[in-house]
Parts: sequence; structure tokens; C-alpha cells
Amino acid sequence: MSGKKRRKGDSLPARIGFSLGLPVLLIAIWWLSTVVSPSFFVPTPPELVQTFWETWVGPRFHTDLLPSVVRLAIGIVATIVLGVVLGVLIGSNRALRSLTEPIFEFFRAVPPPVLVPLLILIIGINDQMRIVVIVSGAIWPVLLNTVEGVRSVDSVLTDTGRTYGITGFARLRYLVLPAASPRIMTGVRQCLSISLILMVISEMFGSSSGLGFTIVLFQRSFAVPQMWSGIAVLGLIGIALSLIFQFTERRVLGWYLGQREVQRDQ
Amino acid sequence: MQSSAQTDRPMLSVQGLKKVYSSDSGDVEAVRDLTFDIAAGQLVCLVGPSGAGKTTLLKCIAGLLNPTSGVVELDGQKVTEPPKKMAVVFQEYGRSLFPWMTVRDNVDLPLKNQRVPKAERQKLVDDALEAVGLAHVPRSYPWQLSGGMQQRVAIARAVAYRPQVLLMDEPFAAVDAQTRADLEDLMREIWGKLGVTILFVTHDIDESVYLGERVIILSNSPTVVQEDLTIDLPAERSQLETRSSPRFAELRHHVYEQIQRAKNRTA
Repeated sequence: MSGKKRRKGDSLPARIGFSLGLPVLLIAIWWLSTVVSPSFFVPTPPELVQTFWETWVGPRFHTDLLPSVVRLAIGIVATIVLGVVLGVLIGSNRALRSLTEPIFEFFRAVPPPVLVPLLILIIGINDQMRIVVIVSGAIWPVLLNTVEGVRSVDSVLTDTGRTYGITGFARLRYLVLPAASPRIMTGVRQCLSISLILMVISEMFGSSSGLGFTIVLFQRSFAVPQMWSGIAVLGLIGIALSLIFQFTERRVLGWYLGQREVQRDQ
Repeated sequence: MQSSAQTDRPMLSVQGLKKVYSSDSGDVEAVRDLTFDIAAGQLVCLVGPSGAGKTTLLKCIAGLLNPTSGVVELDGQKVTEPPKKMAVVFQEYGRSLFPWMTVRDNVDLPLKNQRVPKAERQKLVDDALEAVGLAHVPRSYPWQLSGGMQQRVAIARAVAYRPQVLLMDEPFAAVDAQTRADLEDLMREIWGKLGVTILFVTHDIDESVYLGERVIILSNSPTVVQEDLTIDLPAERSQLETRSSPRFAELRHHVYEQIQRAKNRTA
């Protein structure tokens, strides 16, 4: 829009500068400190890059990295689908809401990692168990935000839909889901980081492969640079998730972000 | 389609309508006893002091609220839920358009939902946008437009829907005076072109006299019909001439007096 004010840091070089400035500075400090006082427990940056390459772009890519990422992806997709479906059902049904609220408070308070031993007993040590661990912890923000989003659909918009006979599935598709989408996306954003944490935790118990298992294995065998490289992998997965999220958000919530911008300028 | 002209039956009929809201702190009687008919093709304004239950009445007619007692009939059919042949334009244009859809999609959605064939839909939407003077912004989003233009989109949506009855709930209360005058003329024009029956709710006395063929004046709450007045101004109206004509002044004076009387009766 033409009336949009240019803010500081809007140009491309400035944006790149802002987003890379701090990481570059931190790496410089880290490098400097490993040179000044070398430590067995802290590898130098070149060492880490080399180890990273050797460790993760070898056989471990197929045996550990890829299966973890696939489980994470399945876990996230299942979380979002289940969370939104249940959230829409509960959000549009008052009786169901009163019924489920106390139970949700209970389950939300249970830290998901303690479910791992229990789920191992019930499901066994396998991929399903690990995906269930991810879903059981990550679903709450999606579910609760969807319920709130569905509940807070504007009353005038609801009346408008009714007067034009937009009911049933059409109402869901054209009215309820888009109206709830800003809240749903808030829940999805939170679920991503929780999923990543639970992916690692689910692999630390009784596992023989996966990122979480590998990092613990490296730590126990004093393969220090390898352990650091595993942590770096997790960080990179986090960045990738965040980029995918931002891309999706811009597509799904373009209208919402634009509307907010307009309201702010007024 | 049944034609109400053949049977001489009113297009819209409100009989003994009463609405009581019950709450913990006691019952509130929003509408006491309203009865009036509107013939097919009429443009009727409903005016009353604020708090007279105008919006409640309109929601009952639109089938959005169930009356406590009394009946609303549209073309002989009792209204129990929002009828297909009716469209509503709300005051809060910012909240009645779907912000995630372009202007065009907003106008198109009710038609798409009714499974109107695509070619026909396209023409209806084009014509409606043209009629409200928005043919140039179909790809914009509602929130990119000014308030007056947003309300034009809502009107276009109602027009494209081809209702038999169009209900308008203080549609121009939130736009500036000049836009308001433009929109009033737009409504007269659309009404003249389409021959649709319009019930226009407003709290603005000038607006009701300028727009309507008939003005129904409501009393203060608990609401009854205070007076049912025919506006005998010429059909061709203009903001300049009509509003400065002596007859307009007389009618305006009369409605104003009635509203004052309505207010004082209970105050």
C-alpha cells in the first residue's frame, strides 16, 4: 500500500544485517574464547563444522536424522489436524465445552515426559509411541487456541452468515475456520517448539536410534564435538520449522496481518 | 415463484410482535406489541427514539431472533429462521464483511453457497458491483476500503443475492455526512431499478423522510407503533431540492414532534 510508512530496517541489506548480526557476533566470541583458552568440552567452530559434516551427512543421516525428522513431521501434522478438529467440535458445542474443561486442566498440568514410561508400557517402544508422546504434549496449545478462536467468531459475522443461509460445512469452511485462523496459528506456533522438545525426549528412553538417542550416546562416550553437532542439528531443525511457519502464516493470514497494519496506521 | 401481487397479500407482515428478554435481573420488554404490513415493492422507513428496540424488531423479522409472541410472515410464509428471500445490511459494515475474502468473493459467496451457476454468478456480481460504483476494486480486501465503500460492498452483496425483501439496520449511522447522502441516493436508485421491498431502520428523522414512501414511527420502549405516516413527496428525490422543499420540512417537523412525544410519554 502506498500510505505505508518505511520503517528503519526495511531494506533488504539492512534486514539481512539485523538477522545475521547477533549470530555472527556470538560465533566470533565463541571462536575467540576457544583460541584464548582451549577446552576439551568446547570445540572450535571449524572443528564443529567438520564434525557436523562427517557425523550427519554420513550413514547417520538415514539411521538417526531422517527417522527423527519424519516422526517429528508426522507428530506435528497429527497434532494440528487432531487439535483443530477437536477444537472446532468443542468450541462450537457448549455442553461439550463444560464437559471437557476440567479434564483438560488436569491433562495439561501433567508434564508430557512423564508419560513416556507409561506409553512404553501401553504401546511399546516403537515409532507410534514416540509420535503419541509428541501429540500428547503439543496438542494443547492448538486445541485450546482453536476452541477460543471458534468461540470468539464475531456475532455480526455469524448473523450475516445465517441471513445468507451459509450453514453446515460451508459455514465451517468460509466462516468459522478463517475467523479462528489467527488463534489457530498462534497455537501452531507454540506446538512446534514443544514438538521438537518431545521428539528428543521420546528418543532418550529405551531407544537405539534417533537424534535424542545419538546425542545422549555421544555425551556418554565423551564424543564432545559430535554431541555439540547434534545440538546444532536440533537448532537448525528449529530454524527450518520457524521458516516454514512464517511462510505458511504469510499465506494463510495475509488478510489478518494486512488488516492489523491498516488499523495500526489509523 | 408465487407472486404476492396476484393475491394482494402483503410482502411482509408483522402481527402482534412481542419480544421479552429474560435475564437474571428480571425480564426486559424490548418490543411490546407491533403490527404493520408492507406491500411488495414498498420502501418503508422505521424510525424511533434510541433504545426503542429497532434492532430487536429487525432481528425478529430477519429470523435471527424468535419473538416471544406474535408472527412475522414473508410472502405468506411464517418466518422461523432466516428466510432465503431476505437479505440484511447491518450497521457494522466492518464486522459484516468477511475480511479474509476479496470484495468480489464477499459478494459472490452467498450465490456460490446457493449453487448458482458460475456464468450467472459472474454476471450478478459484476452488475451488483457496478450498481454500487465499485466495479474498479473487486480484488481489494474490505479493510483496504473506506467505511462508505465497505458499506457499498455489503449493499452489493445484498443486491446480487436478489432478495424479495431487503432489511437495513441503520446502515449509514457510522459513515460521514457526505458519504451518507451519496448512499441514500444510491439506495433510492437501486430500489427504483430492482423493485425490491425495503425496510430501512434508522434513528435519523431526515433520512427516514427523505428515503421512504412511508415512515413507521415507533414509540419509546416498551415499543408500539406510534404512527404510520405516508410520505407524499414526489418519487424523484434529490438531496438539494427535496430537502429544501416546504413539504419535506412539514413532514420532518411532524415526525420530529411524534418522536419527542414518544420520548416524553415515558420519560
